[in-house]
Amino acid sequence: MTIILAIARRELSTYFSSPIAYVIMSAFLVFTGLLFIDSLSGAFREASLRGFLAGETFGGLLGESINAAFVLLLLGPVLTMRLLAEESKLGTLELLLTAPVRDTEVVLGKFLSALVTMAILLVLTLYYPILLWAFASPDTGPILSGYLGLALLGAFFLSVGLFASSLSNSQIVSAVVGLVILLMFWFIDEAADFFSGLPEDILEFVSPRAHFTDFARGIIATETIIYLLALTAIFVFLTIRSLETRRWR
Amino acid sequence: MIEVEHLTKYFGDFIAIEDVSFDVQPGEIVGFLGPNAAGKTTTMRIITGFMPPSEGTVRVAGYDILRNSLEARREIGYLPETVPLYTDMTVRQYLGFMGSLRGMSDAAKKQRTGYVIERMRLEDYADTFIGRLSKGFRQRVGIAQAILHDPKVLVLDEPTIGIDPVQVVETRELIKSLGREHTVVLSTHILPEVSMICERVVVINEGRIVAVDKPENLSVRLRGSEQVKLEVRGPERDVANRLRQVEGVRQVNRQRVDGNIYEYTLECDPGSGVRDGLASLIVNQGWGLLGLQSVTMSLEDIFLKLTVRDEEGAPR
Ligand SMILES: Nc1ncnc2c1ncn2[C@@H]1O[C@H](COP(=O)(O)OP(=O)(O)OP(=O)(O)O)[C@@H](O)[C@H]1O
Ligand SMILES: [Mg+2]
Repeated sequence: MTIILAIARRELSTYFSSPIAYVIMSAFLVFTGLLFIDSLSGAFREASLRGFLAGETFGGLLGESINAAFVLLLLGPVLTMRLLAEESKLGTLELLLTAPVRDTEVVLGKFLSALVTMAILLVLTLYYPILLWAFASPDTGPILSGYLGLALLGAFFLSVGLFASSLSNSQIVSAVVGLVILLMFWFIDEAADFFSGLPEDILEFVSPRAHFTDFARGIIATETIIYLLALTAIFVFLTIRSLETRRWR
Repeated sequence: MIEVEHLTKYFGDFIAIEDVSFDVQPGEIVGFLGPNAAGKTTTMRIITGFMPPSEGTVRVAGYDILRNSLEARREIGYLPETVPLYTDMTVRQYLGFMGSLRGMSDAAKKQRTGYVIERMRLEDYADTFIGRLSKGFRQRVGIAQAILHDPKVLVLDEPTIGIDPVQVVETRELIKSLGREHTVVLSTHILPEVSMICERVVVINEGRIVAVDKPENLSVRLRGSEQVKLEVRGPERDVANRLRQVEGVRQVNRQRVDGNIYEYTLECDPGSGVRDGLASLIVNQGWGLLGLQSVTMSLEDIFLKLTVRDEEGAPR
């Protein structure tokens, strides 16, 4: 555990001593800020985070696809792209993997650092609901469940990004691979229209998009939580395996 | 302390090393000598557990590097060839981090970090970002992290490459002194370096071990590094006998070229300047001197020579 923490601490200090964390945070705040304002200034003004969370923004012009989770999806792989790709490019992986450290500890340490960064990101957005509470009386339920959804999805995005980072020496390639995997997950329910019955249900369940909309509306389903956690665990596990097979290449 | 048995490593179809075996005794300094692409780095990466062998086993301090990997790795300090360091950390931060990876307690970390910084004479740079250090100082940081946890075994991949001559001398002294506390394996393609530092040399070429010996013995084997080739027309037995009597000539081999023309290969004491004597001898005897050339042996030739000797029947 101390080793995981040591690795996480090192990564965090790298995040915050380079522009990357700040760039990502600014981007996230700008985009989500727009979404937030939109739901307050629309035709039917309401004191909620529906624009921010559910993406029912701009008169539904953008559908429900553009919401905080989607912005997080775009930024997640950028946050994680460095984690393993850079180590293997610089060769520092050689010292990390010859130290008495398990591959699992390396991966968990890196993952933890990304999680903490994302948590800070989410905490920064808390000023949206705080503003609402200060000036109105919003419905607290959907806000809390929305944040739970964001945290769960964020963890999933980061696990995919971390996995992508283990596949290549190039940060750019890692970010792109991570994005492609995530977009496939995100939009896979569009393919559900071509099916009916069980395949349709499965495709709709697999896509995290609809689940997030539920969270944003205040619906918390245990199977969704389990599903997202399991998905995250699978990608963390795949990252560990990928790091192991690196040695065999 | 290190037992390497029948290591073979394939990269795809390419064989990087083949059937490499050697032992290193506790407290020994062993040099790994070979030209580029000989397989030195590959062997070291296998010993340190960075990559597994395709075949064979490595035991470090009694632990199998694959089956008891963590225990084995705990006993090793490693300086990789490229000296990879985190450039965004200061020397002290970096050493502290490496200490945590090795599971050192805070007190031990503090004490050892102070010690290695002093030992590597990094005091003035302890709080400098590694990215700002020169190559030679990075090399010192690399060695500092390798000895940080006082490991039983030190594996140093080309520790003197890329640093200036003054520091090379210092580094060699340092490695020698490290050899008193640790078992050391280092790689190099500098021939004199091994005789300066090492107690035993493993010569490797094209992925195979061609010699394992003490440097003194090795240099005796290599002292024929002055070779003269002669092409002479004359009675070959007579010529050979007379050539052998010339001062400085140790050995004469001959090979027929055509009729009574032979090519004679002479092993001479280095720096004995035998060529004058040879030329006048042949002319005085009335033989025909068709060619005379001195062959200086490059490192490549030496490896070649060792390889050839090995194939001629030295025990494997
Ligand atoms: N990861 C790899 N993938 C494919 N081939 C490799 C890999 N690593 C090394 N090789 C090949 O294995 C051979 C031995 O390489 P190695 O790095 O062990 O040589 P070396 O003795 O350390 O050489 P040098 O003195 O140049 O450092 C080389 O032909 C090299 O191209
Ligand atoms: Mg090498």
